[in-house]
Amino acid sequence: MIHPHDSVLVRTLGHIVIPIAQLFGIYVLVFGQYGPGGGFVGGVIIASSLIMAILVFGIDSADSVTARKILHADGLGLLIFAGVGGLCLIGGGQFLNYSFLNIPGLDEASQHYIGILLTQVGVAMDVAVTGVSIAVSLSFEEDEIAEDGGNNG
Amino acid sequence: MTIEIPLLVLLVVTAGGAILVKDLISAVFILGSYSFVLALVWALLGAVDVAFVEAVVGAGLATVFFLLTLFRTTAKARIIRRPPAPWAAIVGLPLLGLLLLYGAGDLPEFGDPTAPANTHISPVYLENSVADTRTPNAVTSVLMDYRSFDTFIETMVIFSAGISCVLIMRNNSK
Amino acid sequence: MGELLHTLIQRPNFVVFVILFLWGIYIMAAHPNLVKKLIGLYIVQTSAIFFLVAFSAKDGATVPVILEGMAAVDPVGYANPLPHVLTVTAIVVQVATLGVSLALVSAIYRKFGSLDEDEILEQLK
Repeated sequence: MIHPHDSVLVRTLGHIVIPIAQLFGIYVLVFGQYGPGGGFVGGVIIASSLIMAILVFGIDSADSVTARKILHADGLGLLIFAGVGGLCLIGGGQFLNYSFLNIPGLDEASQHYIGILLTQVGVAMDVAVTGVSIAVSLSFEEDEIAEDGGNNG
Repeated sequence: MTIEIPLLVLLVVTAGGAILVKDLISAVFILGSYSFVLALVWALLGAVDVAFVEAVVGAGLATVFFLLTLFRTTAKARIIRRPPAPWAAIVGLPLLGLLLLYGAGDLPEFGDPTAPANTHISPVYLENSVADTRTPNAVTSVLMDYRSFDTFIETMVIFSAGISCVLIMRNNSK
Repeated sequence: MGELLHTLIQRPNFVVFVILFLWGIYIMAAHPNLVKKLIGLYIVQTSAIFFLVAFSAKDGATVPVILEGMAAVDPVGYANPLPHVLTVTAIVVQVATLGVSLALVSAIYRKFGSLDEDEILEQLK
């Protein structure tokens, strides 16, 4: 059971630093095609900010509700990645061949661009949820099994 | 080249510090600083994407996982004792090291643009990346477009690691 | 012997890789503490990834981000992007397997009460 931190300094700074870290994570994810960054790093930064929310505010607090709710989305990132590949199959080509995405009004290079962006979002969600899930599992206590039955519900 | 040698020496020194310290929590923190120096060396070699991932993962996730596990143990379990080393390791590993260093003579020169690792397919990726995908970052376009199958399978591996972690920790309390 | 020393001095990255790799394997074989073995495994993995990045650098080349738009690109001026791709996924998979190994160590500690390999083998007899 992770309790909220005692010091008011840590909690106040947590209110300031955690949204900045999440914004930076989303920035790195979206600008992954113009500079260093991309899906893997964006996902790990978002996971770090959510783990920090759990460690500073406690696992039952109202300020860490995003970290608890995101555990329900386990596997959604992989579904997005495979879904983009499936859309390419439906369009008439091979799996994950972005030339066959068939979005109206775009030429082939732009279709590749949209394909790369969607798969990066899928990878980032997968890595973020796995990071938070491993951190919550490692701090799991035995006497919580009765009151925490909804963790994977 | 002049700034690289002190960084490499610092790398070996911090790795040695993480190994020779007697308390486990101190070893984990020194391992975090080892990760940081490694990210600096990679940024110097021109691999900024890789340095980014190593800096975030080494200081952010790996240290947190180690500490979350170690805080559940008592202080007695964390002090390390040193038993006598097995003689097979003391004899065999330096021999292996000498063999690897002797094989360094056959490797191409580091930093050579005409080495076989730099010639067959990677110039094709660098030349066609902007024309095919409108992506200036060549690493992202190779990762997500030219080699997207590998990335798909790696994402499945990460997902199954998360699931198996939940299963291991839940099964114990039934 | 003289030219072997000369090739080694030209490749300091390779010498560092060999030192870290063998030291990590020695820790995994010699120490009885379970978490110390995991620290050794971490050092072995990062040293192998360091070797991958080391041979992708080129003398006088810049980061593999192409800023000139559609103009003709000379591949000699940019670092090789293929080993960077292998490295990025390898690092994230490394941290995921570290999480699973730490979950196993935590479950072993909960059952046997000790992190020392010899004491656990005593209790199993």
